[in-house]
Amino acid sequence: MRLKKQGLYSPEFEHDNCGAGFICSLDGNKSNDIIHKALEILKKLEHRGAVSSDGKTGDGAGILIDIPHDFFVNVCAFELPKAGDYAVSNVFLPQRENQRNFCVGALESEIKAQGLVLLGWRTVPVNKSVPGRIAMETAPFIAQIFIGKERDIQDEATFNRKLFIARKKAEHCIYNSKLSEQGFFYLPSLSTKIIIFKGLLMPEDISLYFTDLQDPRVITRLALVHQRFSTNTFPTWDLAQPFRYMCHNGEINTLRGNVARMRSREELLKSDLFGADIKEILPIILPHKSDSATLDMVVELLLMTGRSLPEVMMILVPEAWEKNDNMSPEKRAFYEYNSCMMEPWDGPASIPFTDGNFIGAVLDRNGLRPSRYSVTKDGFVIMSSETGVVDIAPKNLALHGRLEPGKMFLVDMSAGRIINDEEIKEQIALKHPYKKWVQDNLVHLKDIPYNDCPLFIGEAKLDQRKAAYGYTLEDIDSIVMPMAETAKEPMGSMGTDTPIAVLSQKPQLLYNYFQQLFAQVTNPPLDGIREEMITDISLTLGSDHNIFDTTEKHCRKLKIQNPVISKEDLDKIKNYDVNPNYKVTSIQMLYTVDKGHNGLEDGLELLLEEASKALDNGSNILILSDRYISKEKAAIPALLACSYVNNGLQALGKRSNASIIIESAEPREVHHFCLLFGYGASAINPYLVNEIIAEQIKENETSSYTFEEAIKNYNQAVGKGILKVMNKMGVSTLNSYRGSQLFECLGIHSKVIDKYFPRTTSRIQGIDLYEIEKELSKRHKNAFSEFKPDGGLELEIGGDYRWRRDGEKHLFNPLTIAKLQKAVRNNEADTYKEYANLVNEQSKDLMTIRGLLEFSNFDPIPLEDVEPWTEIVKRFKTGAMSYGSISKEAHENLAIAMNRIGGKSNSGEGGEDAERFYKNQTGDWKNSAIKQVASGRFGVSSNYLTNATEIQIKMAQGAKPGEGGQLPGPKVNPDIAKTRNSTPYVGLISPPPHHDIYSIEDLSQLIFDLKSANREARINVKLVSEVGVGTVAAGVSKAKADVILISGFDGGTGASPLTSLKHTGLPWELGIAEAQQTLVMNDLRNRVRLECDGQLKTGRDVAIACLLGAEEFGFATAPLVASGCIMMRACHLNTCPVGIATQNPELRKKFKGEPEHVVNFMYFIAQELREIMAQLGFKTVDEMVGQVQKLDRKKVGAHYKSAGIDLSPILHQVAVIPGTKLYNTTKQEHHIEDSIEFDIIEKAHPALYRKDKMSLDFPIRNTDRAIGAIISNEISKKYGAAGMPDNTLKLNFTGAAGQSFGAFATKGLTMTVYGNTNDYLGKGLSGAKLVIKVPLEATIVPHDNVITGNVTLYGATSGEAYINGKAGERFCVRNSGATAVVEGIGDHGCEYMTGGVAVILGQVGRNFGAGMSGGIAYVYNPNKTFESICKSDGLLLLPVNEQEDIKILKTLIENHYNATQSPRAQEILEQWDSKLEDFVKVFPEEYKLALERIAQETTETL
Amino acid sequence: MGKTTGFLEFDRKVEAYEKPEERIKNYKEFTVPLKEKDLKDQGARCMSCGIPFCHSGCPLGNLIPDFNDAVYKGKWEKAAHLLHATNNFPEFTGRLCPAPCEEACVLGINEDPVTIENIEKNVAETAFAKGWVVAKPPQNRTGKTIAVIGSGPAGLAAAQQLNRAGHLVTVYERDTKVGGLLRYGIPDFKMEKQVIDRRLAILEEEGILFKTGIEVGKDIAATELKQNYDALLLSGGASIKRGLDIPGASLEGVVQAMDFLKQSNKRIAHETYTNVDLLAKGKEVIVIGGGDTGSDCIGTSIRQGATHVTNFEIMPKGTTERTESQPWPFYPMRLKTTSSHAEGAERFFSINTKEFVGDTQGKLIGLKTIEVHWEYNPGKRPKLVEMAGTEKTWKADLVLLAMGFTGSERSVADQLGVHLDIRTNIEATEYSYKTNIEGVYAAGDQRRGQSLIVWAIAEGRQAAHHIDTYLMGNSNLPLKGAGDLPRL
Repeated sequence: MRLKKQGLYSPEFEHDNCGAGFICSLDGNKSNDIIHKALEILKKLEHRGAVSSDGKTGDGAGILIDIPHDFFVNVCAFELPKAGDYAVSNVFLPQRENQRNFCVGALESEIKAQGLVLLGWRTVPVNKSVPGRIAMETAPFIAQIFIGKERDIQDEATFNRKLFIARKKAEHCIYNSKLSEQGFFYLPSLSTKIIIFKGLLMPEDISLYFTDLQDPRVITRLALVHQRFSTNTFPTWDLAQPFRYMCHNGEINTLRGNVARMRSREELLKSDLFGADIKEILPIILPHKSDSATLDMVVELLLMTGRSLPEVMMILVPEAWEKNDNMSPEKRAFYEYNSCMMEPWDGPASIPFTDGNFIGAVLDRNGLRPSRYSVTKDGFVIMSSETGVVDIAPKNLALHGRLEPGKMFLVDMSAGRIINDEEIKEQIALKHPYKKWVQDNLVHLKDIPYNDCPLFIGEAKLDQRKAAYGYTLEDIDSIVMPMAETAKEPMGSMGTDTPIAVLSQKPQLLYNYFQQLFAQVTNPPLDGIREEMITDISLTLGSDHNIFDTTEKHCRKLKIQNPVISKEDLDKIKNYDVNPNYKVTSIQMLYTVDKGHNGLEDGLELLLEEASKALDNGSNILILSDRYISKEKAAIPALLACSYVNNGLQALGKRSNASIIIESAEPREVHHFCLLFGYGASAINPYLVNEIIAEQIKENETSSYTFEEAIKNYNQAVGKGILKVMNKMGVSTLNSYRGSQLFECLGIHSKVIDKYFPRTTSRIQGIDLYEIEKELSKRHKNAFSEFKPDGGLELEIGGDYRWRRDGEKHLFNPLTIAKLQKAVRNNEADTYKEYANLVNEQSKDLMTIRGLLEFSNFDPIPLEDVEPWTEIVKRFKTGAMSYGSISKEAHENLAIAMNRIGGKSNSGEGGEDAERFYKNQTGDWKNSAIKQVASGRFGVSSNYLTNATEIQIKMAQGAKPGEGGQLPGPKVNPDIAKTRNSTPYVGLISPPPHHDIYSIEDLSQLIFDLKSANREARINVKLVSEVGVGTVAAGVSKAKADVILISGFDGGTGASPLTSLKHTGLPWELGIAEAQQTLVMNDLRNRVRLECDGQLKTGRDVAIACLLGAEEFGFATAPLVASGCIMMRACHLNTCPVGIATQNPELRKKFKGEPEHVVNFMYFIAQELREIMAQLGFKTVDEMVGQVQKLDRKKVGAHYKSAGIDLSPILHQVAVIPGTKLYNTTKQEHHIEDSIEFDIIEKAHPALYRKDKMSLDFPIRNTDRAIGAIISNEISKKYGAAGMPDNTLKLNFTGAAGQSFGAFATKGLTMTVYGNTNDYLGKGLSGAKLVIKVPLEATIVPHDNVITGNVTLYGATSGEAYINGKAGERFCVRNSGATAVVEGIGDHGCEYMTGGVAVILGQVGRNFGAGMSGGIAYVYNPNKTFESICKSDGLLLLPVNEQEDIKILKTLIENHYNATQSPRAQEILEQWDSKLEDFVKVFPEEYKLALERIAQETTETL
Repeated sequence: MGKTTGFLEFDRKVEAYEKPEERIKNYKEFTVPLKEKDLKDQGARCMSCGIPFCHSGCPLGNLIPDFNDAVYKGKWEKAAHLLHATNNFPEFTGRLCPAPCEEACVLGINEDPVTIENIEKNVAETAFAKGWVVAKPPQNRTGKTIAVIGSGPAGLAAAQQLNRAGHLVTVYERDTKVGGLLRYGIPDFKMEKQVIDRRLAILEEEGILFKTGIEVGKDIAATELKQNYDALLLSGGASIKRGLDIPGASLEGVVQAMDFLKQSNKRIAHETYTNVDLLAKGKEVIVIGGGDTGSDCIGTSIRQGATHVTNFEIMPKGTTERTESQPWPFYPMRLKTTSSHAEGAERFFSINTKEFVGDTQGKLIGLKTIEVHWEYNPGKRPKLVEMAGTEKTWKADLVLLAMGFTGSERSVADQLGVHLDIRTNIEATEYSYKTNIEGVYAAGDQRRGQSLIVWAIAEGRQAAHHIDTYLMGNSNLPLKGAGDLPRL
């Protein structure tokens, strides 16, 4: 049913996101209409779903309703007991009758075994002609089972439990049966209250397929609906939602950790109610299910423990309580208590749930999914991802609300009321004396007295140990000491060009074989800096307990605020044995080095054995220590030991009993710590780092800090670094990250992985334990060698970050750079060849995966037959480097060069000066063909987008995927500020996520927005290579991208933490091959163009990328080198001595690059490629794409480590019908032409083309998205950035506008909505005026109602918005010039704002103004609560008393009143003098200073 | 590392020279050291490049950014440690090296490069002054013995490295004192002999044996050494001087530069010498050859009291700027004006000497020249073309031939059966330094031909590693790693 794992594809990495919603009757009235309304919701959310390549098969949709008892009584051929006394479910069964019978038999026998009564089966009528071909191929046979309870069962809970056990046991029996169709077997629900109809269907097809739903006798009080958007086309029927208790919009980022930890928890499951059955229902979590399905299985289990559904949700999806001082102590205690038992299941997640009595929803702490609800006067509650999905007459409207981050919303249908978050949670929090329990039991490390200081007498000499653990001088100088000095992670720039660990000839630490995973597209990375309040890195140590109980024992734990601890901290823990609740055992991680790899293997076994024994003896804290190495005893790599003990204890069923502390000399970089936590550690003491810091301080007499401070700094730097790494994956708390194994291994054989790192991906195999030991013992033996000549360095030099002769090898080194520059400057083909040979020839010094490949299957043709270089270079692009990260000169040089040869340069994320859009007199053109849209949205306006040939959405960057960037204020000179539409000298931050892309359907929306803003431009989505990128690419292709770029991890950057430079992402060889394979498998390849970049340096590199599947190619570092870059790696310091990565005017003068140099480079590359094409027999690049049979593993040149590498997954050729093209042949169907805007344009002709003033009226619905973008595109084409005179074209809409209303809307437009709007209102607003107002007939109070969605005015550069109601989260995020008035906002308001004005006339959520560096906000604050909400650094909170401020504020409120007739505005204006005192002016300090500086400069120039 | 904006704040500043009229009064070194503050500022100019091309340009692989940073931070001992990690004799190279590192310095692309060599010298001198340079005899002896033939910088560097590895090293030198060209080729005004002696004292204290006045191949057969030692290193230099085979070449007054310089050095050191006095005092001196040796001849002649010194160079006058064909970071051929030139020599380029003219006693009185130019044809060796009508006769009492060396002496090689290459250097690759005879290695000018001191030290160090590996199976002696920039 599913696609099998093949090549680099693995089904494990499928993702899904979705649209979800429910509708219910507040007073419990049942009707059939609710079903129709619910399905209507889904239809209106269809743009949030996706369709397979057959154009008909959806990714899955479904509906959950009350059991229609009367209907069943009528249609069943057997007697049914009264409602509630029986359970029913649709059962998915095999199509083959024999297998179906087996499944039916198995289920029936388990039912009987539980003492339940089988009432009968009913075949579910379905219309088979409805679903798409792909869906029908996998469709199950569906029947309904009816189960009655035995008379002696009184309570519902018992009945439910028995149903649960029966179902679970039947599932295990069938899934273990090895039936070929066992995968069909599935029960969507089995409840006495609700029933679920779902499948691989389009929303409108649900009721057509399940004909029961059309029957008027099928009535319900509630309907929960869901539609899925899966990243690829192999979703299955069972994974359609809703699930048994919930459905989910979003992605569980922490899933891997949660699953691993649940597995451990199963050891402890005990329940009197279940008795022996409890072992039979394990594992709770069935493999190969989606994140949502998994969460549902855990919800179900927790419900079985007697907790209520809201309580279960609170435990699993807690709000951010850790740093919330305003929370009640009781609720806080509840969360703290439960955090000892369960780590958060971290979203993005909006989770509607129901148990049939209550229906509700919860939003995770980040609040990244939209969840809007409306209550009608006639008693319906409608909740969904979007507003406007059910038509509500304005008069009938009682309330528009939204679910807030971490908050819950519950409808009690029996009581006929909505219970608010506070009420639900306080009630639950008071169920047990959590506060007392926590106070009495939870111990904080900082509170443990320190009274002992053991010295480690007998340790080997420090120098020997440093050498044995592979410390280099660079480690100490560039990693350890900077962290100890500054408490920050060291930064670097440019990419990495050293060999991956398995190809390096330098002995590598085991950590270097692992790469961090990161979020892209399907889930967002988080911003742990600006949104720090939702993050936490504390951990608790001690034994876990049975989750069926709720006792004070559960929180008897030791809590560590930052689990990177000092030696003193560890001493405290070691001595904490005095507390009878803790038993600490230290186990040595050493092995006998003379015994070689057998010794290591035995050492690991012994370690596990001792750990296990310690647990048997009651230990609950294990310290794995590598102290006391000696000539004879070497340290077992801490990561290997930690993972083995973690997983080994789990396999033994003992993992929950203890926490692991690592006391190791090894870890020094953030990456090392992340791995140890990721593989199960709960605290780490890097004792050798501590000793090294002490030594360095002693040597450096002038140091300005003490040892204690340095250690604190270092630990803090690591803590922050870990947070950043977690955030890259979208994980908020270390509690969820611990044990999550969010890494991919590169270069270790699966034998080792399966045993020591189970469930870690390792796709190209590699070294075995033998080689691991060999590397390690080589280091160890050298360190303890009796004989070391004097005069040399005491440690290896390093050379990982800065080239050194005897250090690690680099592809760009003095010789290759010197040769390349000579070749391009003097146009010397021979010198280019020398350069290319130096890069390509890796038989002696292996550097890259492509270095292991060679061309084969030659079929030579004459060189003249190959398409000319002038054609080939049209596929070439230069990398996305912003003006700002590089100088004007360097930036324009690349653009001119690429325009000369018909290739494409890339603006990068810094916008572009409009002057560059026009050719100059010599015919040269500085316009970048590719305009980038990154998370900061700098300079992204309608005119900018209009002047693009290609628009690139930067989802991630190779050098630092999952991270944002920062351009510090001093670098933002007036020129740059102009291009970026920002204020000079005000620092600019690119957030880690795009605040309008938290999931795949959001990306789809942005693609739609951009395509609307310029329908001629191709939309390019930039991804970074990592495991699963193929699946993401498939999703992106379904989201209608025209081009997908797969970047290697090694690409360049202007600034990045060193950890990210090297340890995140993968080489492009894996990414491009995986993307190609997955797209071909999914029949999606022909829809998109695939592009590749990341350290492409030669024609050979390009040829290999092409054969693996790429048809376009990007170069960044190499053209920079051609322009004069000498890899200074000082881009982040603004001191580039060759005028490239600097804004210093003096240094910029030193830029000596010429367009010819870049042209020559591209020419040489193309010529080299042509020669290879001629050899292989390809006339065109198209023919060559994806022809992996022309590649072979190189036969020679292996060193001992590379021998075990298996490249066959990369070289896997997906089976296709002969003749299938493996490159892009068709265009995406964007459906832009269906937009109502074309109708508007037609009617607005006089306004658009003659600037006649016009006013037009139109209805609008939530399916009308990005309205304004197309018209603005037309205006920009005609009038450029200037647009039209204000109010030239007035458009009035009635209804609920779809997402991105007013996106990129440009000057001259005034767009009014009478109704409400969804997310992304005024995205990239470019001068238009937007008015959102409550319809005249509505009776609601505007400032109490949510009238627009999240992320309003994201990246707006100019224009106005007047919003007659409340907005959601992240209002005015990254606004750099628009003016807005609103009557209330959610959390994170004005985040990263750099310009413009926001007036807020109502409630303000938490974390206001985080990262706000510019612009001004005026907040109406009559209750004086704002000061406690707005705690962000660098903001001045001032009274509004300066004349200019008063004038601005009053004018804006007057405008607001004039536009919307807002009662709140009226009230304020009427009492202006007294109300003025209620306003606070939020003025970023940085902005103030910048304004002063500009004023000063203006005076000076006058 | 380094001061991020140092290169923007400070200009290049090297140590000054005493005025020519003062310095030519004696043979002492005449540099005026910089103050420590200035040196630190100079260290701060280093940009801590991602790719330090200087480190590549230095044949020793000196850790230039690292010691520059240490100097900037005032950590002189650390700097000395880093410097000595790759260079046995920084006090030599700090004075005498033409500093290819500075030619490759990234700052040199568009600014004056960092004063790497001067920093090196100061680090080395500080280390001696502070007493950080002390003998460190090896802890253990391997029992292996090695003979090093030739005590120039290659031989000495190899000897120290091999001694550190625990081998017993004997250095054979045919001259009366150790040092080779360092001692007898370099005039004191460029490096005073006590600089060599204080280093030699350390080497001796570390346990290296020096046998001077013994010419291997003559006084003792090379084969005998081969039998008595576990390994041999041939580091006798490229000592065959290039002559000028034109009429009058044997006239009295036509002298090889090396003979002249050696005698001068011996005279200053109060050593005895056997040949007749070769003195420039009161003479019209013409130095043929525009290289460093020629320059040394000029300085020495001026100090001896020549009435006039003229310098000929057959190649055209170079430019001070790089040419397109010799771009950064490669080592360029460019016009260099040395301190000796500045002391008062007239220089002529593109000039070829055709004949020496003597008087009836066979004493030189002048010479005849013709101007030349070079014709370049791709793929062929450049051709020298004389320009008719440019003949000229010059008055000269002393002609010093400073035209370099053509190869090494054969006697030792012949006795051992060691192969030579076509340039009569000993055949051994830079990957192994091994000759065709087992246990016999070669390094320095004797292997690579006439070259720089820095190359000699580098070769000695690399060869030591390979000899150690040969003797012990593996070696802990450092290698410099790949990355040498080729000569264009």
